[in-house]
Amino acid sequence: MRDLLSINDLTKDDALEILDTAVQLSALSDSSNRKFPTLRGRTVVNLFFEDSTRTRISFEAAAKRLSADVINFSAKGSSVSKGESLKDTALTLQAMGADAVIIRHGSSGAPAQLARKRWIDGAVINAGDGTHEHPTQALLDAFTIRRHLKKDQGDLAGLKIAVVGDVLHSRVARSNVLLLQKLGATVVLVAPPTLLPVGVEHWGAQVSFAIDDVIAECDAVMMLRVQKERMEDLFFPSEREYARNFGLNAARIAEMKESAIVMHPGPMNRGLEITAEGADSKRSVIVEQVANGVSVRMAVLYLLIGGATSRDLAAQIGDQS
Amino acid sequence: MNSWLIKNARDLQGKDVDLAVANGQIVHVKELHHQYSELDAKGLTLMPGLVDLHTHLREPGREDAETVFTASQAAVAGGYTAISAMPNTLPVADTAGVVEQVYRLGKSHGLCDVFPIGAVTVGQKGEQLAELVAMNQSEARVRIFSDDGYCVADPLVMRRALEYVKLFDGVVAQHAQDPRLTENAQMNEGEVSARLGLKGWPAVAEEAIIARDILLAEHVNSRLHICHLTTAGGVELVRQAKLRGVKVTAEVTPHHLLLTDEMAATYDATYKVNPPLRTESDVQALRRGLADGTIDIVATDHAPHPQEAKDCEWSAAAFGMLGLETAFSICYLAIVKSGLLSLADLWQRMSIAPAKLARYENHGELTVGRTANFVLVDLNKSWKVDAGALKSKSKNTPYDGMELPAVVEKTFHNGVLVYDRENQGREGA
Amino acid sequence: MSVVLNAAEIARALRRIAHEILEKNHGSSEVILLGIPTRGVVIAQRLAQEILGIENAAVALGTLDITMYRDDLRMRAPRPLTPTQLPKTGIDAKHVVLVDDVFFSGRTVRAALDALTELGRPKTVQLAVLIDRGHRELPIRADFVGKNIPTAKAESVKVNLSEIDGSDEVKIEGRSM
Repeated sequence: MRDLLSINDLTKDDALEILDTAVQLSALSDSSNRKFPTLRGRTVVNLFFEDSTRTRISFEAAAKRLSADVINFSAKGSSVSKGESLKDTALTLQAMGADAVIIRHGSSGAPAQLARKRWIDGAVINAGDGTHEHPTQALLDAFTIRRHLKKDQGDLAGLKIAVVGDVLHSRVARSNVLLLQKLGATVVLVAPPTLLPVGVEHWGAQVSFAIDDVIAECDAVMMLRVQKERMEDLFFPSEREYARNFGLNAARIAEMKESAIVMHPGPMNRGLEITAEGADSKRSVIVEQVANGVSVRMAVLYLLIGGATSRDLAAQIGDQS
Repeated sequence: MNSWLIKNARDLQGKDVDLAVANGQIVHVKELHHQYSELDAKGLTLMPGLVDLHTHLREPGREDAETVFTASQAAVAGGYTAISAMPNTLPVADTAGVVEQVYRLGKSHGLCDVFPIGAVTVGQKGEQLAELVAMNQSEARVRIFSDDGYCVADPLVMRRALEYVKLFDGVVAQHAQDPRLTENAQMNEGEVSARLGLKGWPAVAEEAIIARDILLAEHVNSRLHICHLTTAGGVELVRQAKLRGVKVTAEVTPHHLLLTDEMAATYDATYKVNPPLRTESDVQALRRGLADGTIDIVATDHAPHPQEAKDCEWSAAAFGMLGLETAFSICYLAIVKSGLLSLADLWQRMSIAPAKLARYENHGELTVGRTANFVLVDLNKSWKVDAGALKSKSKNTPYDGMELPAVVEKTFHNGVLVYDRENQGREGA
Repeated sequence: MSVVLNAAEIARALRRIAHEILEKNHGSSEVILLGIPTRGVVIAQRLAQEILGIENAAVALGTLDITMYRDDLRMRAPRPLTPTQLPKTGIDAKHVVLVDDVFFSGRTVRAALDALTELGRPKTVQLAVLIDRGHRELPIRADFVGKNIPTAKAESVKVNLSEIDGSDEVKIEGRSM
């Protein structure tokens, strides 16, 4: 594994290796607020073309706990039309010798372009691209589900997980559908038809238009953020109607299985896709997801640049010649 | 030296043929007097020059991407002796002045005929008709009008345009794309767009406009041309309309005959094109449509873009790909090699039919007394596309590195050898 | 390939080391045995068994994964992590005995010392190994050694333990006869 661009880059074994590594790292991190020397001398760049404080600080904490040097590069609105191009930004980072570039970009496929065109030698980690994917979010979600429902062991076979809300525009949903199914879980997508992509039938997930039809049989319910602007684009008539039909409220939580958990990638729109009772209920693992995010991202960084990288190998070949 | 005797060539049917050229025209061999060059064309196939009705030359305005001269060079290297300059330039070709400028540029370079297409509406804004008659009566004698790049979305504007061009036997070439259904759209809407998280461009956005315009053309009994058809549903709409006797014609691009939306999975913006690459079943329907005559012609939609417009995020990249230099090889691969059409039939759709559709009198035919616009092609050889070696000023070809069949060896325009592969360039003129 | 220790010899060596640990630390009450994965963990367990037999008292036992502290991480693909498990008491003010199978360059022990620094402040840190094959690259020595086996650098020492490998045996591989 050289880059992490999409869940499709991972085999099931790769995914389990990341989760198992994260389990060890989270145990070590729990025992004390420790720092590992593992990535000492490695440079990790947070290249964020979109604001996302929580994802950025999660990666930053992960990299720092592994002793990497972290450079935060915020390049909002950068594109051909406005300011520096992605390519020139990448070449700048390349000149700085980045071992890993963590990229968040509003355009689907931007991380894949960085990696494919090899504007950067270092590992490229997708921290969310447009409406495409957000693989580390899916990994931390799978980690959280496995911790609660599988005691940190094995895959997710036998579990049923609902992903509720704006599937059409959600990179979190795309990565989760791929990963959770890869790990053996059954995924059911719950959304109004306007917020499901044409072609969703090829995803292998079940589709439902009614949260009440599925909530009682799910082991985990993952609520997606719904942006209020979507209303203006005619995806749903009003916030009230959306919340009534697809929001997670106390009555729906009461229908859930004893062991079932409530998840949300954040940031939440309380009152729209989730009520305060939903967000703060005993079933909610939303805060835990944040802590697990650091462990999972440490695992990803360790596995991508903790061992010999292509840059190291190139340097060795260079030494020999 | 404008007199030639081409010997030992084969014609489209495979028969041996000699061709004599004097003073830019095809003549009887016995009319050739001293002072002519003899060319042994053994192993080569002799055909009328290709005619493109859909070319983006970028001049005036974006000379960094292409100029009339470089597009002409690309055209003759691809076997074209006539190309049609789409009006989406800066300024837009919506007045007699701009179309004459482009026409004269083409003429001064003298490599191939450059026939401007005029904008349907002022500034291609879709609101007010441009002065179509003035463009038609100009030196450029514009016969085709299109807002290509934009759809004439307003049904009333489209109706008036269709009616108005009857004044001079013109034709409106529609870029069929419902703007509301394709806001910020990036690629064909379907399985692949859902997976890649790129905003979908539904087939219905194209088909709804085609259906509407067919009904309008039928109602006002005018000529309608559908640019770059890409969907199976669109092919069916045109087929049914033709059966009813509607005066509708349609074109397909070489890339829509070969490439599918799966190419977008690379996020390589070279494959970003308007209208988007569709599915395999659409490709098959387009090939069948071209074979059975539903689709009348192949047009390149040659759309040069500078590297920076493609070497960027998919959503920020420009739409379009090069076409002129690869069109014949791609169509030969997709249509002739696959057994759908004979070489003669393909040539009909790339030369004779477009010349007839656009009323380009000097193209598409090789009989005594006609202008000598023809090419010599080696069908037994293949060539490897090298984007860097293309004549076009831009390099945004999706076929870089591909080995393609059929090599254009020589192109003659007005009896002058304007492209000779051996000498990689221009002679005479 | 030649066998340098058989099962009985391994057992005797470990029994002796157990005695030496008890002797040096005046019993087992302040001792923590920390096995370094993979085979160091098994050897630490066996030493704990021996100590239990001798003293009739359980000795504190744990494992210490040193992967994240290795200095050769960049020379090969990333290694899988294994659990670090410490006794509930922690390691502060204890006599920590690091346990490994083969003592070679000393780099593993260096990594273990770094890892320990992050976990607390032991009173002493000692080292018990089944085999010391020489070729130290760092100024580190063992406190308890099962057997010293002179080797050539190109040779490799293979420790088989029944819990992992099915039988008890120490072999040298790659020795030219």
